[in-house]
Amino acid sequence: MVTVLDDASALRQRAWDAAASVVDPEIPVLSIADLGVLREVAVDGDHVEVAITPTYSGCPAMNMIALEIELALERAGFHQPKVRTVLSPAWTTDWMSEEGRQKLRAYGIAPPQASSSRRALFGAQAVACPQCGSEDTELLSEFGSTSCKALWRCKSCREPFDYFKCH
Amino acid sequence: MATANIEVSETPLVLYALRRADDALILGHRLSEWCGHAPMLEEDMALSNIALDLIGQARELYSYAAKVEGKDNDEDKLAYLRDVRQYRNLLLVEQPNGDFAQTLVRQFLYSAFADLYWRAMTASRDATLAAIAAKSEKESAYHLRHASEWLIRLGDGTDESHARAQAAIDHLWAFTGEMFAVDDGERALIHAGIAIDPGTLRGRWLQTVSGVIGEATLVLPQNDWMQQGGRSGRHSEHLGHLLSELQSMQRTFPGLTW
Repeated sequence: MVTVLDDASALRQRAWDAAASVVDPEIPVLSIADLGVLREVAVDGDHVEVAITPTYSGCPAMNMIALEIELALERAGFHQPKVRTVLSPAWTTDWMSEEGRQKLRAYGIAPPQASSSRRALFGAQAVACPQCGSEDTELLSEFGSTSCKALWRCKSCREPFDYFKCH
Repeated sequence: MATANIEVSETPLVLYALRRADDALILGHRLSEWCGHAPMLEEDMALSNIALDLIGQARELYSYAAKVEGKDNDEDKLAYLRDVRQYRNLLLVEQPNGDFAQTLVRQFLYSAFADLYWRAMTASRDATLAAIAAKSEKESAYHLRHASEWLIRLGDGTDESHARAQAAIDHLWAFTGEMFAVDDGERALIHAGIAIDPGTLRGRWLQTVSGVIGEATLVLPQNDWMQQGGRSGRHSEHLGHLLSELQSMQRTFPGLTW
């Protein structure tokens, strides 16, 4: 029995690792596990079902991510994997792993701050520059190159940078 | 060859989801008309991003309406194969973009409502609507902040931007009453805890709106006559033109897929 259980958990781990190898097409340093988009991997025999949750309602990367997961699972030997989308609980940047935050910073994107500040209608936020670390920064636009990012500029090193919005 | 319109069995819950889906789709489409035309690159991206959020919300709501209806319809058919009289959106969201001030004022008046509405709807007894609300309320908080900041910038800006912002508020004000109206079908859903009574949001909406309008050195219109009709399919002349563009591919090449 122990062997069977171990086999089952090893199989699930293999499926999880395969799914978790998929990266965000817009931010290729982050895996969907780092992002918190990968919610659940269930294995039943050789059938595997993966649950993902969208970051933003209209995020166009979701279709591509779902397709990439299916391909990764097929490459790992799972047949006809299924990917379903769950809306609840709603994705939050609080789920982003610490490792994910460090990877973002190293990539030049300021990681999200705690979501508690998000409700203020005109709150001042201090976002540190991912290049030089200065907090002397300014918001250029709430909406950046993708749904999940805002555009900022560092007033110390003068570099513009993306900020991953808290959500 | 034109495709026939689909028929929708509008039970109260189907209609409820459809109305909110139509709001999100039509406003999202309006905003997407700015893509490539906004006064600056950052705004081009901002308006397109907000459009994307709204169209994403619309997709979830259409899919849910189709599921509840339980017939042959799906999100695409609901969006592309209903004619103007079958659309159930607020008159506010179909109003043309006009100048930048008119687009921003329309967005501000709607977002100030949507932000409160979706936050309240997270407590819906309908699990899917509550889940859609939990995603949408996060997005609408950003939409409201964006529009509020712009309204202040325009109102408290030059004489020209001030005059245009005030004209936009005066023009669009009569379309705001419809956001708070309910009919018998919705009243039953409210009673069942599936929907919330939008009338209970009106005080807080007015507080947000008058606060920002005041800070923008603009004034609230005094007229309280309100135009309604969108929720029951009686639209302004603008929606038909919008739909002819939105639906042209599916109407011309029925069943076309990417």
